[in-house]
Amino acid sequence: MVLVGVILLVPAVSAALLAILPDDRTTARLNVLGTALTLAAAVGLLAERPTPGPFLIVDDLNIVFIVLSTFVGFTTSVFSGSYIAHELEVGRLTPAYLRFYHAMYQTLMFAMNLALLSNNVGLMWVAVELATLTTVLMVGIYRTPAALEAAWKYFLLGSVGIALALFGTILVYLAARSVVGEGLDAMAWNVLVERSPEFDPALLNLAFVFLLLGYGTKVGLAPLHAWLPDAHAEGPTPISAVLSGLLLNVALFAVLRFKTIMSANPGALAPGPLMVSLGLLSVVFASFMLYRRHDIKRMFAYSSIEHMGIITFAFGMGGPLANFAGLLHMTLHSLTKSAIFFCVGHIAQVKGTQQMSEIRGLTVSHPVLGWGLVLGVVAIVGLPPMGIFMSEFLILTSTFAREPVLAVALGLSLLVGLGALLLRLNGLAFGEAYGSTQPAKASFAPVFAHFALVLGAGIWLPPALVAWFQHVATLLS
Amino acid sequence: MDRLALDIAHLFAGGLVLVSFMLLYQDRMFGLLNIFALHALVVSLSVAWQAYIQEAPHLYITAAIALVVKAFVIPVALHRIIVRLGIHRTIEPVVGIGQTMLAGIGLVALSIMVMLPITAEAGTLAREDLAFALSVILLGLLMMVSRRNAVSQVIGFMSIENGLILAATGAKGMPLVVEISVAFSILVALIVIGIFLFRIRERFDTVDVHELDRFRGEQP
Repeated sequence: MVLVGVILLVPAVSAALLAILPDDRTTARLNVLGTALTLAAAVGLLAERPTPGPFLIVDDLNIVFIVLSTFVGFTTSVFSGSYIAHELEVGRLTPAYLRFYHAMYQTLMFAMNLALLSNNVGLMWVAVELATLTTVLMVGIYRTPAALEAAWKYFLLGSVGIALALFGTILVYLAARSVVGEGLDAMAWNVLVERSPEFDPALLNLAFVFLLLGYGTKVGLAPLHAWLPDAHAEGPTPISAVLSGLLLNVALFAVLRFKTIMSANPGALAPGPLMVSLGLLSVVFASFMLYRRHDIKRMFAYSSIEHMGIITFAFGMGGPLANFAGLLHMTLHSLTKSAIFFCVGHIAQVKGTQQMSEIRGLTVSHPVLGWGLVLGVVAIVGLPPMGIFMSEFLILTSTFAREPVLAVALGLSLLVGLGALLLRLNGLAFGEAYGSTQPAKASFAPVFAHFALVLGAGIWLPPALVAWFQHVATLLS
Repeated sequence: MDRLALDIAHLFAGGLVLVSFMLLYQDRMFGLLNIFALHALVVSLSVAWQAYIQEAPHLYITAAIALVVKAFVIPVALHRIIVRLGIHRTIEPVVGIGQTMLAGIGLVALSIMVMLPITAEAGTLAREDLAFALSVILLGLLMMVSRRNAVSQVIGFMSIENGLILAATGAKGMPLVVEISVAFSILVALIVIGIFLFRIRERFDTVDVHELDRFRGEQP
């Protein structure tokens, strides 16, 4: 239980400290230190697993998410250090806002860890709400009209989403109450999954529709995605990286938890087809929308919608193979997309713009950043030898065996998305350099650490990792 | 549980649906605020009654929060904001009032038809309460989509929240109701503070996607 306490308390305490401490150089380091400690505790959980209590639980499913989440949280805080230093220099952020930013960053980490660790559906809902609030505040931090507008839109859509999710949660409690009895047990995960076969299927069906729509809004599934591109484009880039890499996963994790409850009940609606339709719709929609983008961060936000769609699709298909591929894809997407946002953040800083028409020839003017971006795009579109090729390949082949028509639709949209991203990449990375050529003061370690992991996963997956993911995949199906 | 206790609970829950309808046809800002205060008052009475008949004293906290925060503090704060921003003109609905009301009636019928058959096991109290709560939630959503103005959207959202609190207290013995209502109050308070701090009048005329696309330079 000590480690779980560390995972939750370190971000909470750091948030309080960072809100008080005035100096901006130590605070960035303290931020890194806080996330590093959390990561260490999360890795420690792999070895020692506490017994589930009424509020907190560590099981095979959420440990994957926790390790991934704390790792990306740590690397993003390293990136955030150099990013924020530049923002202070050009005066886009004042020291007061910086304190606020760091405190919010740690609060967000706390909220996400709490959502992942919670054994209680109500507590998880509160944590997701807290995470939404902190990201709303961070998206609006630059105070430009566009940033405020984006924060407002995210706020309204996110609030409606979590309101629907709460109604679904209440319905789940009602379904459980007549079987389990009143009290905390009727909201605890482990109890719910165990007793789910006895629940009233009609209530569960209705609950799942609300939960899927509610948390699906937070996952960014089309047609509920409207907040996502704006929130990604207008906030500070570390937040875009955390949003894409982590927060979307947390919402997806909530959907997965409820899906497990649904599939354990023989009378209830199969949750798979619903998730497959929403996922496929997101992939098709996002891959075509990629062509019309002019803003570099918005483009990668649409790519996030596409990939969340792929992951939801894979989990919706179900079965050990598709679930395995979904988990792998989720992990690799988090790593790749956050690394891409690290690059994009520095690129937007040195060029002073996010408009893609004004960014050209990056490999000439900023070789490391430019080739980093090339590597990232090659990875995200799913070209070999990067890991995403393998997970997408697994998803496609397992779908072909069962639903060939769906696989064709998915495959075609992946190709459409690939075309759009490579087209844009050509303009961004190659040709004559355009605009500012001043060197970037960037920290490249997080970027290349992520890419190394993604490349490594594409070439050789450690057997221990495969066995672990396979185990989780069978649990999910 | 005796008949009278149930009837009173239904009276409050049904009253909340009626007040939701009253919110739908308001075309003045201040009228909207007053009706919302009434909405919060009814929900607070309903929660207090549930606390009494379920013998769950912690629900009185939820009732008190609803009464103090939503029936007094937020309407007064919004009133001041509206005066200061000078936006107390008539609200322009996207669709006509008549159509909105018709759609609202349809939504209430829908929620009763959806909820009543499937909650047969849940007990009489929870059954009707849930049907009414879903109606309030759907009416709130209808209000959010049928108004362009940010303040009326916020009020629509808060009426959704009242519906959720009605549902949560109707589900007898649900843990964490108080915590959830506190979390929700923070959310609402933040929305209101948000409007107040941003204080940029034209920004709150719309949350249209097109407006944002114009900012972004993605549309002419």
